[in-house]
Amino acid sequence: MPPYEFHEIKKHMDELGVKTLPIVSVTGFIIGAVLAMQSQPILARFGAESVLPAMVSLSVVRELGPVITALIFAGRVSSGIGAELGSMRVTEQIDAMEVSAIDPFRYLVVTRVIACALILPMLTLYVVFLAIFGGYLAIILTQNMSLQLYVVSVVEAIRFSDILPGVGKTFFFGFIVGIVGAFKGYNADKGTEGVGKASTTSVVLASLLILVTDTVLVKITLWIWP
Amino acid sequence: MAVEMVKISHISKAFDDFVVLDDVSLSVDHGENLVVFGKSGTGKSVLLKCMVKLLVPDEGEVFIEGKNVHTLSNKELKELRKNIGFLFQSAALYDSMSVRENLAFPLIRNFYFTKKEVEAKVKRALEMVSLEHAVDKMPSELSGGMRKRIGLARSIITEPKLMLYDEPTTGLDPITTKEISRLIRDLQNQLEMTSISITHDLACAQIISDRAVVLDKGKIKYEGSLKELTVSTDPFLHDFFTSDTKVD
Repeated sequence: MPPYEFHEIKKHMDELGVKTLPIVSVTGFIIGAVLAMQSQPILARFGAESVLPAMVSLSVVRELGPVITALIFAGRVSSGIGAELGSMRVTEQIDAMEVSAIDPFRYLVVTRVIACALILPMLTLYVVFLAIFGGYLAIILTQNMSLQLYVVSVVEAIRFSDILPGVGKTFFFGFIVGIVGAFKGYNADKGTEGVGKASTTSVVLASLLILVTDTVLVKITLWIWP
Repeated sequence: MAVEMVKISHISKAFDDFVVLDDVSLSVDHGENLVVFGKSGTGKSVLLKCMVKLLVPDEGEVFIEGKNVHTLSNKELKELRKNIGFLFQSAALYDSMSVRENLAFPLIRNFYFTKKEVEAKVKRALEMVSLEHAVDKMPSELSGGMRKRIGLARSIITEPKLMLYDEPTTGLDPITTKEISRLIRDLQNQLEMTSISITHDLACAQIISDRAVVLDKGKIKYEGSLKELTVSTDPFLHDFFTSDTKVD
């Protein structure tokens, strides 16, 4: 039923994506670099340094990239949504919307949840790319490896069955971040104390649910692609 | 014969064990301006919120233009609410929107106006409250009185048949109180609206009311014209209407 809120969804995607970009960029780069630095001496012990690009890229694509991006997204966005909607609730803005014959749930909650679910996979892809690049920079600090060889090793190592579940699960993580933040904020009460509580509990609950959902999704993924 | 716009029939509302409204009944005719007085915490705002289903009473019914608000489907309730304006105590302006967007919001969402028509209506509403210059300001840039005026402009922009005011002058200085009260009265006359106002501000009520009721401990204790209530020898009414001029 119209209005379809495309404009609002786009606006939220833009805001949530752009605002989270700096922190996930730094994090993505560091994950890749640190993972490569930590793994290099261990792999060297077994004479397996050549698998380093594959190890870094697979770890980042399958698990580290999606989960860490989601946790950072939860910290940044879930608390923001919780605080924003919570403050709208306690200052009667949500009531004002409702009494003006505007569906606040649809306008405020649904749009944010959809935006979160759509933007997080995009951010994850971006983080994965940066992490792989960070891994390369860490590798060339200690050993000689051309960018071409690194890229070929990465591309050969990653399969579709690594990317799809890895990035795909962040759709659910985004949904969790949006729904938890919106639920806590939408139902906030007790004035400013309620807003603070909505913001804090949103992050804690969203992070916890992301980790639990990840465990379940990993199990399902391994069942589909053993 | 006067036609009933609002009819509240035996509504009661309690929060846990605290009874806020206890078997309240009243009616308001088309074009009439009713003021509800009462001490803080006597259920005035709850009464107003029950009228538009922001709260659901435990018992009783509310009829607006003959429709039972609490049995309407979502779609019917939405249609009904398009004809109701509500000025909140805090004005409840949307923080993330400019004044222009705040005013245009209900028009864009609920009606099929062109961009030009919306712009014209926003301009007219702002002219009515004498705040044309604030059109591009954000709510955080407005003073308390300006927020109330903008809130009022947003409430009346759809030209509702029924206006509900929740303490429209609370927290304002006496001059702004008078200005807002006169503005409310002028708008009522211009737009021929029915209104229910909740207040404990006598100066405001003197300007905007045709009839008044006094709510105490969840019940309607007194009903009549403002003059009748203010000259009453009843100890409660006497205390209530003279307390703001007393110096202890």
